[in-house]
Amino acid sequence: MRERPVSAVPRMVLATLAAALAGQIAIRASHPARAPHAEELASPPAAAVLRLASFGEPIALAKLLMLNLQAADYRAGDPLPYRDLDYGRVEAWLDRILELDPAGQYPLLAASRIYAEVPDPAKSRRMLEFVRRQFLADPDRRWPWLAHATIVAKHRLHDLPLALSLAETLERNVDPRSAPAWARHMRAFVLEDMNELEAARAVIGGYIDSGRLQDAQERRLLERHLQEIEARLAGGRPTR
Amino acid sequence: MRFVVTLASITVLEALRERLLWLAALVIVAGVALAQFLHQVAITESREIQTAVLAALLRMSAAFIVAIVVVSGMAREWNDKITELLLSFPVRRSLYVLGKFLGYAAVCGLLAVVFAVPLALYARSSGVLAWTASLVCELLIVAAVSVFCMLTLTRTLSALAAIAGFYLLARSMSTIQVIAQATPEPASLADRLVARAADAIAWILPALDRMTDTAWLIQAPPGIGVLAAFAAQSALYVALVGAAALFDLYRKDL
Repeated sequence: MRERPVSAVPRMVLATLAAALAGQIAIRASHPARAPHAEELASPPAAAVLRLASFGEPIALAKLLMLNLQAADYRAGDPLPYRDLDYGRVEAWLDRILELDPAGQYPLLAASRIYAEVPDPAKSRRMLEFVRRQFLADPDRRWPWLAHATIVAKHRLHDLPLALSLAETLERNVDPRSAPAWARHMRAFVLEDMNELEAARAVIGGYIDSGRLQDAQERRLLERHLQEIEARLAGGRPTR
Repeated sequence: MRFVVTLASITVLEALRERLLWLAALVIVAGVALAQFLHQVAITESREIQTAVLAALLRMSAAFIVAIVVVSGMAREWNDKITELLLSFPVRRSLYVLGKFLGYAAVCGLLAVVFAVPLALYARSSGVLAWTASLVCELLIVAAVSVFCMLTLTRTLSALAAIAGFYLLARSMSTIQVIAQATPEPASLADRLVARAADAIAWILPALDRMTDTAWLIQAPPGIGVLAAFAAQSALYVALVGAAALFDLYRKDL
């Protein structure tokens, strides 16, 4: 169909179009969208209800729910987002999202790197325990998040017993072919930090004697570390 | 003006002859049956569950029915050359659009009132009144967008797809904006661009996600100021889309 030039359009129509567009933009710009406040995060529905609501696309729904959860209590520029959230509800949502999409890594990344790093030790510990629980359901795929949880416990919470417990869980449950040496050997390094040098020596010696170390570089590194510990024990150097 | 009134009356008659009220009754029966089923299985808050599910179903159905009525009616007129015949009369093209829109506006009002009747069984009357008024505002926007899509695209399938996309986007745009803004600090250039793009899209869409809120039926209804704001938003958006439709119609060499 041929078109007539713009000059064929009455000026009144053009003026209305321009004025209405300006008014529309002004109205919407004056009411910006805001992230839901912490108290607006409701408990999630049952997994069966979410599956029903997904219309056969649970993975897509899980991804969208994760993004929606991340937006709750988020305020751009705020250095302490998420601190007011009800962590029971956050955990319940993360749980449901993992039920919908067990292979998804986002909920555990969020738990260990976002929600566990809030400046509230109780909330942080709750998230670390959540990560541990979920790790046990699929250790070979979820070990990176438990490794990060161990680091959070050690360096952020300064809770070495918790870090040791998480590292033990990681070491005992992960397949050596799935996780790299640094992750599997975290227990020894945490023990060393706790001044448990005898225990650290026994653990590292156990790694070396187990015969499961395939990589020569990894074996050399551990042997060197073992020598350092033995030297500290023999010299009776003050502990760190 | 006589032309406008006649065209609007014909448009309403045509919609009624398409068994609009029968379709509305069918939706109501299905909705009430679903609500009754939920009442039987719910352990608690059964009235709230019934109200929420029925209201959501009626709202979505009303928007769908309005879009179908507008698109099918205008497509038939276009294919039968009735549109060209009407435009051959010595009247301005703007009166044609006004007549069609007023007819569909009457259909929107009728549909909203009919759909409010079953809700009155479950919710307080003040909440139902506010919900109905807001539904009329929402349906007017849907009708205006449908008229615009049909005049611009002239094809049923593409018009329906465009209306569905518009409606779903307008209903979910606030959530999309919030998600787009919730990127971990420091936000990269790409993150900021995505957030700005989401804001720009939201500016040219009506705030349908705030309208016709089911919470009004279960909790307290909104104040008159809120409803007035929705009426203003609806009038402004109808003017915007109507002007866009006229712009396109005046440029067509019919």
